[in-house]
Amino acid sequence: MLDVQRIRQDFPILHRTVHDRRPLVYLDNAATTQKPRQVIEALVNYYSRYNANIHRGIHALAEEATAAYERTRVETGRFINAPSSRSVIFTRNATEAINVIAQAWGRANLQSGDEILLTEMEHHANLVPWQMVAKATGAKLAHVGISDDGVLKMDEYRQKLTSKTKVVGVTHMSNVLGTINPVEEISKLAHAKGALVVVDAAQSAPQLRLDVQAMGCDALAFSAHKMLGPTGVGVLYAKEELLEAMPPFLGGGEMIADVTLTDATWNELPWKFEAGTPNIADVVAFSEALAYLERIGLQAVRAHEQELLGYALERLQGLDDISLYGPKALDQRGGAVSFNLAGLHPHDVGTILDHEGIAIRAGHHCAKPLMRRLGVAATARASFYFYNTKEEVDCLVDGLRAVKAFFARPARAVRGS
Amino acid sequence: MVLEQLDTLYREVILDHFREPHNHGELPDAQIKAQGTNPLCGDEMAFWVKLNGDHIEQVKFSGKGCAISQAAASMLTEQLKGKSLKDAHGLIQTMRAMMQGQEPSPQADLGDLESLAGVRKFPVRIKCAALSWNILEQGLQDYQRKGAA
Repeated sequence: MLDVQRIRQDFPILHRTVHDRRPLVYLDNAATTQKPRQVIEALVNYYSRYNANIHRGIHALAEEATAAYERTRVETGRFINAPSSRSVIFTRNATEAINVIAQAWGRANLQSGDEILLTEMEHHANLVPWQMVAKATGAKLAHVGISDDGVLKMDEYRQKLTSKTKVVGVTHMSNVLGTINPVEEISKLAHAKGALVVVDAAQSAPQLRLDVQAMGCDALAFSAHKMLGPTGVGVLYAKEELLEAMPPFLGGGEMIADVTLTDATWNELPWKFEAGTPNIADVVAFSEALAYLERIGLQAVRAHEQELLGYALERLQGLDDISLYGPKALDQRGGAVSFNLAGLHPHDVGTILDHEGIAIRAGHHCAKPLMRRLGVAATARASFYFYNTKEEVDCLVDGLRAVKAFFARPARAVRGS
Repeated sequence: MVLEQLDTLYREVILDHFREPHNHGELPDAQIKAQGTNPLCGDEMAFWVKLNGDHIEQVKFSGKGCAISQAAASMLTEQLKGKSLKDAHGLIQTMRAMMQGQEPSPQADLGDLESLAGVRKFPVRIKCAALSWNILEQGLQDYQRKGAA
């Protein structure tokens, strides 16, 4: 059991108020999580004590900064059980990590007649990069459908996975539905057909213990800012042999072994994929985020979220005129719940909740094809993390009652101002 | 206090238009049809404009959206009826200036659209209000360009 009240003491922002001194109820964690003071202090500490450019410096500060940056790479690799930290590339975010694979591997390896197999529940970050590569190479896109309650149709996956399929792109956990996809099985089936598997783990890395070796995927992407870390840091994990065989994504400093006026050779892994000065401060501070998660334990994080989600689903189901999206079974989903109130637009729901101090997300969640599949333009989404409480779920439910009451007020006969 | 703030956004007249939008529907014989999307929330809206010479004889809108976008479309269609294309552009410019903080001149005949002034205090919602006149303006411009060509 987590001591949530004590944990909340570590997050300065959770103690602020919004709109006329209402306590903040932050339920937008699938968009980004808040940061503990350990992470914030690590940023200040880096800039106060050892700010320097890394890898090339020959002075004390550069050595310290390089060591801290590379130590974070090792810790990140360990966090996802990567066989080697040479497989861990720092990017700006999960989106960029997927683009590295799609652009660098895709353009070099895909051609007309090949297929890229994605799913209907992907975030735009795992759709658009592949659309761009498909246009550039002539490869075709195919998509696996979902059931009405948001579960990937594995039968359809088996059917659509053919010898033409060269890459399968799948989210580990849907940012809208919360659905957890069976990545291990997806990988096994794909490998039997000779296809690569690229996993979007932006939502799962903060909540589930990831083991890239057990998952069997060839590449995996996630973002530091969704798991207590700073913005501006993404992680691309990919198998070493894949990275070795891939051309670089960006050219420039740091990623080279030698350069002449007309040619260049590439640096070793992982630096071959890290052109230019990286986001040193934020990577270094991400190390504290990983340490924090290790300290409280991902099992405890998951258990707490399951409890909150179970409670939230039960309470939300008690509201009239609510539509809930995503799987019913708790063990098939993560800590996000999307919903709509009949006759009300999620933006209006979000605005009223905001004035009650409750932060949720309203919109298409960068998953417009999924919205179309669900038959809606947008949804409201509440997403939890380990610092949220049942009392905050109660606030959400009370807030939604207030929303309904607000829009149910009788219309006045008097017009104009 | 909080409820008062919300009331500046969701004025009664706005909620009235939201609950019972005016001119909601389609005009199959319209000369102008314009469609657009709010990239933030995915709301889609379409406008049908039937002209008589260079005057707007009838205008309708379709699509679903939030209270602000639906009310804005309802009020806008109401206000555009009978206007010349030139005056329609003028009205759109006035609304755009209003969202940027300018007070409309006392002569400007905005009708219920005036109630959208409160949206300015909610910057994230300005796009909801502006969706309708952005789509409509694009449609009018495309039509006039085609006519000139």
